[in-house]
Amino acid sequence: MTDKTIIEARDLDLYYSDNHALKGVSIAIPQHQITALIGPSGCGKSTFLKTLNRMNDLVPGVRITGTIEYNGEDIYGRDVDVTRLRKQIGMVFQKANPFPMSIYDNVAYGPRTHGIRGKAKLDAIVERSLRDAAIWDEVKDRLNKSALGLSGGQQQRLCIARALAVEPDVILMDESTSALDPISTSKIEDLAMELKSRYTVIMVTHNMQQAVRVSDNTAFFLLGELVEYGETERIFSHPQDKRTEDYITGRFG
Amino acid sequence: MNEYATVKGEIGAVKARSEKQGSAGRAAERAPAERIDSRRGVKDVMETVMKAVFVVCGLVAVGFVLIISIYLIISGLPAIREVGLWNFLAGTNWDPANKSGNAEFGILPMIFTSIYGTCGAILIGVPIGFLMAVFLSKVADRRAAAVIREVVDLLAGIPSVVYGLVGMMVLLPLIREGFDLPAGDTLFAAIIVLAIMILPSIISVSETALNAVPREYEEASLALGATELETYFRVSAPAAKSGIAAAVVLGVGRAIGEAMAILMVAGNVANMPSLLSSVKFLTTAIAGEMGYAGDLHRQALFSIGLVLFLFIMLINAALNLFLKHNKEGS
Ligand SMILES: Nc1ncnc2c1ncn2[C@@H]1O[C@H](COP(=O)(O)OP(=O)(O)OP(=O)(O)O)[C@@H](O)[C@H]1O
Ligand SMILES: [Mg+2]
Repeated sequence: MTDKTIIEARDLDLYYSDNHALKGVSIAIPQHQITALIGPSGCGKSTFLKTLNRMNDLVPGVRITGTIEYNGEDIYGRDVDVTRLRKQIGMVFQKANPFPMSIYDNVAYGPRTHGIRGKAKLDAIVERSLRDAAIWDEVKDRLNKSALGLSGGQQQRLCIARALAVEPDVILMDESTSALDPISTSKIEDLAMELKSRYTVIMVTHNMQQAVRVSDNTAFFLLGELVEYGETERIFSHPQDKRTEDYITGRFG
Repeated sequence: MNEYATVKGEIGAVKARSEKQGSAGRAAERAPAERIDSRRGVKDVMETVMKAVFVVCGLVAVGFVLIISIYLIISGLPAIREVGLWNFLAGTNWDPANKSGNAEFGILPMIFTSIYGTCGAILIGVPIGFLMAVFLSKVADRRAAAVIREVVDLLAGIPSVVYGLVGMMVLLPLIREGFDLPAGDTLFAAIIVLAIMILPSIISVSETALNAVPREYEEASLALGATELETYFRVSAPAAKSGIAAAVVLGVGRAIGEAMAILMVAGNVANMPSLLSSVKFLTTAIAGEMGYAGDLHRQALFSIGLVLFLFIMLINAALNLFLKHNKEGS
């Protein structure tokens, strides 16, 4: 496994108007690994995640200082094409949000957006993405049915397939299993572990066991600060910061 | 109390009686409850009265619809019987006031004019209205959107005769000169006036539909690398399609029923419609000719009213069917 850094944030500060939501965050995220972001509610995990694909641009009144480099390029640089960035850094949301279209059209949406035409090509992409998201067998006979008819766990895997269909490099998952039953959750965890040979995964989770089971590295956030960051095994066995220890042992208020 | 109960029929009476018995029984058990019970009696009366009032109001509305329908049918049928249904609907000449006894009562040109005019207004009004709605709902910043919304509401409040006037003063000269015609009174002018008149309802209904699209859909699209415009047209608009379709049907209803404004710009000659000729709509025939029509002519105008009424019923039925279908679909 390479330890090449794919995303590196330096002295990242983010303000929602007056609310200082991220405070001097510096972190280097290695390629082809799973990095878990943990911390109590409101500590800025989602905010940090959304700075990586610039979804925060959509919030009025956001101010960001510091730098984030993706493959050595500043993603907040002046010439950056945000749509290209978001094509390479995909996102799966907490709540499954398939479009109110057919399963096929959901998956084909991204490729079509990026100019891929031709039924044969799209068919191949749709099948590959659905297979990668471990949902192909469940939906292959109903590709033209509405995606809203799927169960919650299936919808979330469809959303993963939809994200994979544009062939991203990095996949951001914001508590993507928090609304799912244990079986769907473990399917998606397995999926994440399979995907990391080809993708870099950054996931926010409230579930300590999940972080331990799935991730290679863990970052602990508290009140907008990155308190501790390192290999998951080490963080959970020998946390260096008292606050990390309190949090992972559940002693945190 | 009993008076109203009998008005409301047996069920009300039975209910009132059983409540009386109930209250007597309870009063016997517990003395202090009596005063509360007596007040409830007053409230019951009020309830019954109010219910009766609601029923009467409802009946009035239904009654008017019934009366209008019956009246239209009764007064619309004689001319159709006289002229013959086929001659009336498919006849291409409308010359109802011919003095030499060769009066003709074919309304096909007007039917086509009404259909063309409505379709034209929809063709122009819906895309513009839809784009305005997208702009207001998604693109414009809050303050600009609020101002524009006020203006659109104002547009909706302008009386149709004013649209006609402005059309006459501004639009007709433009068309006359632009197309080098002897007069600007044309189907084209009517279409433009209608398109502007249906804009406000199309804008506000589609905007409501677009506002109701969950933000998550749009975020998902943006996160896949779609631009904002792509997102609005490929995700938001399809998700709002039933509301937008409702806006179209509403626009059709308004356009086909409008008379005053287009009376002033259409030229009012019952030609088979073409874009740059003077035309007569179903509505403008009634509004324009009723004043001087005699006998059969007058009856024929009622028949036109009947045809128009059926048109609008059809559109309403389509709308209801459509809305029901959509509710079941989602
Ligand atoms: N769109 C926004 N506008 C203003 N403030 C926001 C916005 N989103 C988040 N915040 C604030 O930023 C801080 C961090 O929020 P964030 O959503 O990143 O927390 P989180 O760690 O993801 O929490 P959770 O575990 O509950 O999802 C909070 O104080 C929150 O109120
Ligand atoms: Mg969050």
